[in-house]
Amino acid sequence: MSILEAILLTIVTASTPLLIAALGELITERSGVLNLGVEGMMAMGAACSFAAAVSFDSTILGVLAGMLAGALMAALFALVVLGFAANQVGSGLALTIFGLGLSGLIGAPFVGARRDPIPHVDVPVLSDIPFIGRLFFEQDLFVYASFSLTILIAIYLMRTRSGLTLRSIGENHTSANALGLPVLRTRLLAILFGGACAGLAGAYLALVYTRFWSPGMTNGRGWIALALVVFAAWRPGWLLVGAYIFGAATVLQLHAQAAQFGVPSQVLSAVPYLATIIALLLLSIRHGRAIGAPGSLGAPFVPDR
Amino acid sequence: MFSRKLFGAMAGVAVAALSATGAMAQAKDKIKVGFIYVGPVGDHGWSYQHDQGRQAIEKAFPGKVTTTFVESVPEADSERAIEQLARTGHDLIFTTSFGFMEPTLKVAKKYPNIKFEHATGFKRNPNLSTYAAKFHEGRYIIGQIAGKMTKSNTIGYVGAFPIPEVIAGINAFYLGAQSVNPNVKIKIVFANTWYDPAKEGDAAKALLDQGVDMLAQHTDSPAPIQAAEARGKFGFGQASDMERFAPKAQLTAIVDNWNDYYVARTKAVLDGTWKSEDTWGGINSHMVVMTPYKNMPDDVKKLAQDTEAAIKSGQLNPFKCPIIGQDGKEIECKGGSALSDEQVLGMNFYVKGIEDKIPQ
Repeated sequence: MSILEAILLTIVTASTPLLIAALGELITERSGVLNLGVEGMMAMGAACSFAAAVSFDSTILGVLAGMLAGALMAALFALVVLGFAANQVGSGLALTIFGLGLSGLIGAPFVGARRDPIPHVDVPVLSDIPFIGRLFFEQDLFVYASFSLTILIAIYLMRTRSGLTLRSIGENHTSANALGLPVLRTRLLAILFGGACAGLAGAYLALVYTRFWSPGMTNGRGWIALALVVFAAWRPGWLLVGAYIFGAATVLQLHAQAAQFGVPSQVLSAVPYLATIIALLLLSIRHGRAIGAPGSLGAPFVPDR
Repeated sequence: MFSRKLFGAMAGVAVAALSATGAMAQAKDKIKVGFIYVGPVGDHGWSYQHDQGRQAIEKAFPGKVTTTFVESVPEADSERAIEQLARTGHDLIFTTSFGFMEPTLKVAKKYPNIKFEHATGFKRNPNLSTYAAKFHEGRYIIGQIAGKMTKSNTIGYVGAFPIPEVIAGINAFYLGAQSVNPNVKIKIVFANTWYDPAKEGDAAKALLDQGVDMLAQHTDSPAPIQAAEARGKFGFGQASDMERFAPKAQLTAIVDNWNDYYVARTKAVLDGTWKSEDTWGGINSHMVVMTPYKNMPDDVKKLAQDTEAAIKSGQLNPFKCPIIGQDGKEIECKGGSALSDEQVLGMNFYVKGIEDKIPQ
């Protein structure tokens, strides 16, 4: 394996959890709901997936438990912001704090346990393509899931009726409601989907990335995912670009240090953030028109009776 | 993040605070001891070991001492947490990270009747002691092991931040390696965090990708040594025994053992004999403990054991003069035959042979 391939493989690992969590949040926000609880849902996904994977000695059960945990946290959020039309910013922040705390409690008995690496699955034929084949088609299932999700979400949002409904509700929930579109039901499903994705991203962190669990191991990745959604202007394709730029910059700055280029490590540590912001800014300038957030983002919806 | 114990403690704030300020430096029957940790107790490393010390206190003085801890306290935001403990009737407060130095001093000046202990710092007050362990003694030993065992002749180091404590560790590690392998090269990566398992693992992978086959770390999670294990390379446990994460890769671990010190200092407060001091323990005082040497040939094991014995007896000092700086000039020897403690605690230079520059 050449050093370039090794670097790129690490970049894929670093980018995948960000991409998965951000895709979920993208759907949630496109429906008009701002969920700042990604970090908390991710932490719960990590703790529950690891607990289940160790208890039942099964990665699959672990992944399912992680997604379920994320979705349950999201359900709690949905109850508060949809059921009681509470402030979404406050509720989301509370969800993060709650999730970080509860995950510590759930994970505590599993401190010190470890899991073996999960197998990589080769895609026949495609994995024989030189260079690219090994990078993208000899990965674990999480990576394939993140790519498929990106494509499916892009198609869903722009090419299906249901996707159009979701977007209309996110743009203007009053009009959508007047047209008879199911605002609350659509938002509930979008929130649950976002939670499951955050849980899946957490499962990836605990089961693949580190293969052990420790409190607070998400370390702000949920917040990065949230920021990526904004910088990608709520577009799945750009989100993929943003997540990979962030992952690449994170890994490359470590390599730059090891290669002794002489740039201060503190400066290099800031590179991922700067690179992602600049890249996505350039993308949106090139696109030529202002791209705003979904019109109803963050606004509570109370149906007329 | 506040522990549940702290919430319990906060309930009894008023009563406890009164009794604490009323007491002078005299023997006491019952005291409360508080701890501030920079990471979570479950980090398997630095904070975990301090918490082992806290538990040792509870075991040593059943019924006489109650303990409280606050974990994952950001260094920039620590003053509030320290003051919280001071206000809730704690008699002795340990703050266990270098970055807590200024906030600890500030709170200590405000509460002269409470005893404070700050780990790895250098600012003291009549009611503020400092303590640290000579981890560089252990790092010299693992440096020798790495220098002997490396096949690629390149050894790696994942550091947290470029601060004196970490720089001294890197120098001791490299001097150890150089003492048995004059041409060995070292590559250094700073993760710029004490604790982020995923990033620490990525830093380790970057070093391994660039040809490092012996990995030392000065960050708190087992992610780096686990990365070494996954690549079939070798590493050294940091702060606590990390063998269960890397049974094939861990050659030895440098374990921080605070138990004896914490128990002694608590006893001093109970007896009314506590004084502001500066303690710097090493292998000879059991503050630094090496776990059994494994996964290495017998001759390397013998070398490591001999070096450990020599350091213990005082025959060998990792920073024995002459120490040559990167520019080829000899560093002034202020401690007689070796660098002085101040020089080691404030170390801001790499030794000759390290090609990297210290990030400023």
